[in-house]
Amino acid sequence: MLGFFIKRLGLVVPAFIGVTVLTFALIHLIPGDPVLMLAGERGIDPERYARLRAELGLDQPLVVQYWNYISGVLQGDLGNSIVTKKPVIDEFLTLFPATIELTICAIIFAVGVGLPAGMLAAVNRGKTLDHAVMATSLTGYSMPIFWWGLLLIILFSVTLGWTPVSGRISVMFWIEPITGFLLIDTILQGNWDAFWSAVHHLVLPAIVLGTIPLAVIARMTRSAMLEVLREDYVRTARAKGVSPKRVIMVHALRNALIPVITVIGLQVGVLLAGAILTETIFSWPGIGKWLVESINRRDYPAIQGGIMLVATVIIMVNLLVDVLYGVVNPRIRHQR
Amino acid sequence: MTDTYKNVDVAEAAADHAAEVAEAHEAATIAGTPKHPIAEFWEYFTENKGALAGLIFIVVLVLTALFAPWIAPHSPIEQYRDALLVPPAWSEGGTWRFPLGTDDVGRDIFSRIIWGSRLSLFVGVIVVTLSLGAGIVLGLMAGYMRGWVDVLVMRLMDIMLAIPSLLLAIAVVAILGPGLENAIIAIAIVVLPHYVRLTRAAVITESSKDYVTSSRIAGASTSRLMFNTILPNCMAPLIVQATLGFSTAILDAAALGFLGLGAQPPTPEWGSMLADSLQFVQRAWWVVTFPGLAILLTVLAFNLMGDGLRDALDPKMKR
Repeated sequence: MLGFFIKRLGLVVPAFIGVTVLTFALIHLIPGDPVLMLAGERGIDPERYARLRAELGLDQPLVVQYWNYISGVLQGDLGNSIVTKKPVIDEFLTLFPATIELTICAIIFAVGVGLPAGMLAAVNRGKTLDHAVMATSLTGYSMPIFWWGLLLIILFSVTLGWTPVSGRISVMFWIEPITGFLLIDTILQGNWDAFWSAVHHLVLPAIVLGTIPLAVIARMTRSAMLEVLREDYVRTARAKGVSPKRVIMVHALRNALIPVITVIGLQVGVLLAGAILTETIFSWPGIGKWLVESINRRDYPAIQGGIMLVATVIIMVNLLVDVLYGVVNPRIRHQR
Repeated sequence: MTDTYKNVDVAEAAADHAAEVAEAHEAATIAGTPKHPIAEFWEYFTENKGALAGLIFIVVLVLTALFAPWIAPHSPIEQYRDALLVPPAWSEGGTWRFPLGTDDVGRDIFSRIIWGSRLSLFVGVIVVTLSLGAGIVLGLMAGYMRGWVDVLVMRLMDIMLAIPSLLLAIAVVAILGPGLENAIIAIAIVVLPHYVRLTRAAVITESSKDYVTSSRIAGASTSRLMFNTILPNCMAPLIVQATLGFSTAILDAAALGFLGLGAQPPTPEWGSMLADSLQFVQRAWWVVTFPGLAILLTVLAFNLMGDGLRDALDPKMKR
């Protein structure tokens, strides 16, 4: 087990180095001089130009610059935002809980609907229900989610007036951040009105963000279930008179879950990328919206740091999923 | 209880049917000359009604794109100042002059969607060509040469796969600057690992087969072995991936356009048509609805066709 863990950890290091090289290159591949870019249209005198270049370390060889960059990164120093002058890491950490909250709710939605839908489709293979689930999930899989979000806003916010159009909570509430997760903070402070306001704001974004993972999970569950239902042990269970419900829920589902868990893990990357679009539509104050704004403001340290941190989170989640997978499924950790 | 038995019955019926079909195929083969592979492929492909529907939609779309200037009633960028936010023809206040209504500066949405099909298909073709070409070369090198080339290429691809495609595309666009060409380059880079991995896996399987060995003994050069002997036998999964690649490319380009990082206004690109539409959700649903519907249907059509191709080309699926 330890060997498996170490081997898997060994794959993380090159991936992390690759990400830092990419984000480092980001600043250096931008056409034009970063110092001139910083100076803007006001221009800059040669003396100040040289001083700024030295300050930013741009007069040193690339290898030294990369070394400085990566040693800063490892100490949590990602530079300061050009616009707000605050450290990028602080801005990221302030906004990240909002994104995590949204992502977790999206996963719950996707699994909560996708898993039963896939199971029902597999059990009713070839029938109308199966075709309906498969057609719906293929549509969900093909969905441009930014448009899907707009449609849901038209239907539920504008026409029916059930949910607010944007934001994370009504402006009438001020919640002192404890964990940063509004759903938890409002409960901790016993403010139920605020809690329901947060839930109302969260429903549509979570549905939009969860749509593609839902489709993927439903398809995966269906095919995994079909595979498992063909196995001998399922036939044996049926033959010895185990109730159909028990055969499906216990004998089949448990084994079908293994590939499904992997797929759920792989969806985390998709979700964090999808958060960029979802947060932009719903003005959700998370890192996705922040990244897009940073790009529009040409706030390069923020873009650089943001992309690096998101990629790092995804690499770590993938590592976690692989390790959990090894714990769940002994066949994986004993390979070679 | 009955449910379970029904399922068993269904499974058995399916197996029986499969056996019958197999026998029928066998009988046909024995009776006459074997079917041409393309005819056989077409038979399997058209069995899948969804795939056929996808193909028909794509053919119509290609024709629309080709004949856009003749089909579109208006220019995609002409602004009719006397007709701002006109609703679609069938709703109140609409006119058949603008079948799907107009946007906030009075451009005909129907014409913009027709012209937009050119851009979306163009993005798809270029992205798939670039990534397929580069992916085949890298995958062939990795799979055929193995050793350090393999390690280097595959590690690089693993890193690229670790970053979500849209985020990586955004990073590349942040480097190159917003615009349709840069969005295309970004997407082509982002989808590259899929082609490399597929090609490599297929090449490794094929390389060890006898026909490759005999070709090598016959004196075929390395490049001939790679491109003429092995590659044609690796094409089936690549064709499927390329078809699905169209849908990814169109979807990602639209997402970048929506974020303002892809095609720039007034280009009639489906995604960028939605970029500023959030402000219209309250009063002009048609501005929001139709461009997105065009994206959804196109992506769906390519996905349906890709699924159909996979079933028709994969020998394991053939009964």
